[in-house]
Amino acid sequence: MKKLNIFAVIVTLLFGLNATAEAQITDKPGFGKFAITGATIHTVTNGTIESGIILIDGEEIAFVGENARITNEYTRIDASGKHVYPGFIDGWSGLGLVEISAVPVTVDNAELGQFNPHMYAFTAFNPHSASIPVTRVSGVTTVLSHPSSGSIAGKAAVMDLWGYSPDSMAVKKSGALIMNLPSSSGGGWWDDRSEEEIKKQYEQNLKEINDFLDKARFYNQMMKEYESDPSNKTKPDYDPRMEAMREVLAGDVPVVISVNDEQEILDAIDWIKDNDDMNFIFEGVREGWRVAEEIAEAGVPVLTTTLYTPSRDYDNYQRPYQNPGLMAQAGVKVAVVSDDIENSRNTPFEAGYAATYGMGVEEALKAVTIYPAEIFGVADRLGSLEAGKQANLFIADGDPFEPMTNIEQVFIKGYKIPMVSRHIQLYQEFLDRDAVNE
Amino acid sequence: MKKLITLCLILAFSTTAYAQEKGSVLIQNATVITVTNGDLEETDVLIRDGIIREIGKDLNAPRGVETVDATGKFVMPGIIDAHSHLNGVDINEARNPVTAEVTMEESVDPNEVGIYHALAGGATTIHLMHGSANVIGGQGETLKLRYGVSQEEMKFENAKRTIKFALGENPTRVHGQGSGVQPRTRMGVEQVVRGHFDEALDYKRKREAYLEAKAQYDRRSRGTPPVPVAENLRYEVLNDIIEGEIFVHCHSYRADEILMLMRVFNDYGIENYTFQHANEAFKVANELAKNGAMTSVFSDWWAYKFEVYYSTAYNASILNANGVVNSINSDNDQLLRTLNHEAAKVVRYGDTSVNDAIKMITLHPAIQLGIDDRVGSIEEGKHGDVVVWDGHPLSIYSKAEMTFVDGIKYFDLANDPDDMRIQINPGSDFDDGSNFRKIVDNRDEDACIQDTFILLQDQAQTHAHN
Repeated sequence: MKKLNIFAVIVTLLFGLNATAEAQITDKPGFGKFAITGATIHTVTNGTIESGIILIDGEEIAFVGENARITNEYTRIDASGKHVYPGFIDGWSGLGLVEISAVPVTVDNAELGQFNPHMYAFTAFNPHSASIPVTRVSGVTTVLSHPSSGSIAGKAAVMDLWGYSPDSMAVKKSGALIMNLPSSSGGGWWDDRSEEEIKKQYEQNLKEINDFLDKARFYNQMMKEYESDPSNKTKPDYDPRMEAMREVLAGDVPVVISVNDEQEILDAIDWIKDNDDMNFIFEGVREGWRVAEEIAEAGVPVLTTTLYTPSRDYDNYQRPYQNPGLMAQAGVKVAVVSDDIENSRNTPFEAGYAATYGMGVEEALKAVTIYPAEIFGVADRLGSLEAGKQANLFIADGDPFEPMTNIEQVFIKGYKIPMVSRHIQLYQEFLDRDAVNE
Repeated sequence: MKKLITLCLILAFSTTAYAQEKGSVLIQNATVITVTNGDLEETDVLIRDGIIREIGKDLNAPRGVETVDATGKFVMPGIIDAHSHLNGVDINEARNPVTAEVTMEESVDPNEVGIYHALAGGATTIHLMHGSANVIGGQGETLKLRYGVSQEEMKFENAKRTIKFALGENPTRVHGQGSGVQPRTRMGVEQVVRGHFDEALDYKRKREAYLEAKAQYDRRSRGTPPVPVAENLRYEVLNDIIEGEIFVHCHSYRADEILMLMRVFNDYGIENYTFQHANEAFKVANELAKNGAMTSVFSDWWAYKFEVYYSTAYNASILNANGVVNSINSDNDQLLRTLNHEAAKVVRYGDTSVNDAIKMITLHPAIQLGIDDRVGSIEEGKHGDVVVWDGHPLSIYSKAEMTFVDGIKYFDLANDPDDMRIQINPGSDFDDGSNFRKIVDNRDEDACIQDTFILLQDQAQTHAHN
């Protein structure tokens, strides 16, 4: 009897401690050697393996295949009947930069000024945002977090969603330069400018952008000449804006341009022809299906969503859902993204719609894994289940495009992530709020 | 006598002229998700003259009734959205914290092509609501998505009257912050509600006394006529709320403000009400259940404003597990197209059963709108508002193939032309941007305070720049 009481006290203490621990995510991740066995492995780049084995060693995937000797040092995870996928990549998100969009002091994605290539999303990325755990437990393990304002908003960063500092989370600090071209077709129904005004402003804004880029090219040229042979030359004055453009002009960092309607897309295709020293990505591209051939011919990859209402009254209701598939069929490399912040976790469902409406499951899966990895130049580390790549993956009890599927375990950079988030903690606390001594 | 018969005939004809067109169809061999009586395999549903007449196996099609072979397909009740602004012409009468006299009845655009888009997502009924600018906003209108009929004909006949209330950030921003009148705080919100109920009760007492005195005076035709108490529509509506003739749908987020309104409603004896959005309802699920209060929530929206920061996608499952009648709503023209998958998320977040999740977009919103005796499940005697899906409706790979309202097919995937506009502006076919729609994507937190930007100039400018 006394023993039982002591047991009860210990249990209560344990649960009590557990309850206080849940106020924050204090569970430690696992790290080391893991063997995931028995699962259907969706490698993305090398087909599907039934009842396969994945070995994780530290930050990396050590093995993907059917048979492997699993030594005692591996922690085994039996995933029989489950499915393993590479971590999904949301290629267009405000995660980490915006905590609560309606509270301006928590919004860090829009710096003042028209040309800000030297602003880094990396710098303002808050590793402790409540939205990050909410996102990663849903199988989205990496995002492109982007700034948005002016003609050049700054640089977006490719960020893994586990870590305690931007430094430890950054896959690529300079993931992309974010750029906005003016629209020659006006802003739509809310735009009350006259046609002449729209044209004038368009041309003026475009000239400012062209002038800025020409200046940056000149700066780059001067610097390159100085660097190749500093003797007998005066070092050009340092300019942080111009300096930040150099990796872009070298073609190392792609430029994302947000375009949506048909005319904007065609204007942008025209414009980039005169700027072929840089690599471009289109974002938004809601009317891409109207000019899919032209986009494919221009060789520009695309970041797009599916869950929005048609852009024109007379368009078929399915067009937003079909848009990624129609572009892919024309030969465009399409990444499906969330274009969201706190609900970046819905990236799989955006892709699910693309899959259902013409893109097919296989291509839609690539659109949230290997394609965004390739587009942002991180495919050597992310985007598929291959030995030697970073261990970003998750185990699910079914198809991750299905809203009813549960994501059971997530790994990021080899870390076995505690499957805890604010949403789960609130569920645990309030499901049976008044239960006492249970 | 002959005259009377003629009159009756005229009356009969005039009522049929106004009555809705009804259709008949026999849907055969489907998996029928009845909602109230499980899923029935290989079952037929016969709809005649707009009403579900028979559910069973191997039913015969009455002469002239179209049949639909639904082998391998699913039939589900039409989706009901308890919170929509889809085809509202104006949404907010935002110049006063209380505008109970206003109604959405005359603010319905029957030509909005979004109605067709919603039908294509399996929706058949929406609750068209006033916005959330005011503590006590305008009255709502429950509409059937009969695309191509008049404003009047869209109305859900004899639906319960409803009204919008709003607590928290929106009314305090619009009125306190925007116009410098109460409420500026959640303290003020409570007193705006109580104050107006008290004034309405006083009005009723005085008005009734006056009407009685006037009747007496009119009968006797002597003495001094009583001082008139003018009819006040706002107070009349508030009294209708207190007397239970109008269901309240209250925009709310935080647990404390939800408790506040339940206290107020208990004091005034108000019983039928639903908290809309209610992101923190899960924190007071017990109190909600005890009061018989209902909720209508988003599946997973959160963190877009401070009052939804401490919320969870598990909200619906917690409420359901604690016995609260909960629905999943859209409040958004895109989510309205995909409410089946919003319901599916409730299964992911908290293991709610598939049937309970489906209830949240069919029977439960019907209860909240006072129309559950007619729609929300597939039962004999209920309206023929059903959708044929090519797979299980909660799967991401399923599409609605046919949507019936009153037995009439309003959407047919096999016959789905691109241009489904009813009223075409001759100038709008040019690609000059004039025919572009406002695109609604997955988050539009300000939908509820449309038309209020005149009061929030600083915000209007922010929006113009975004």
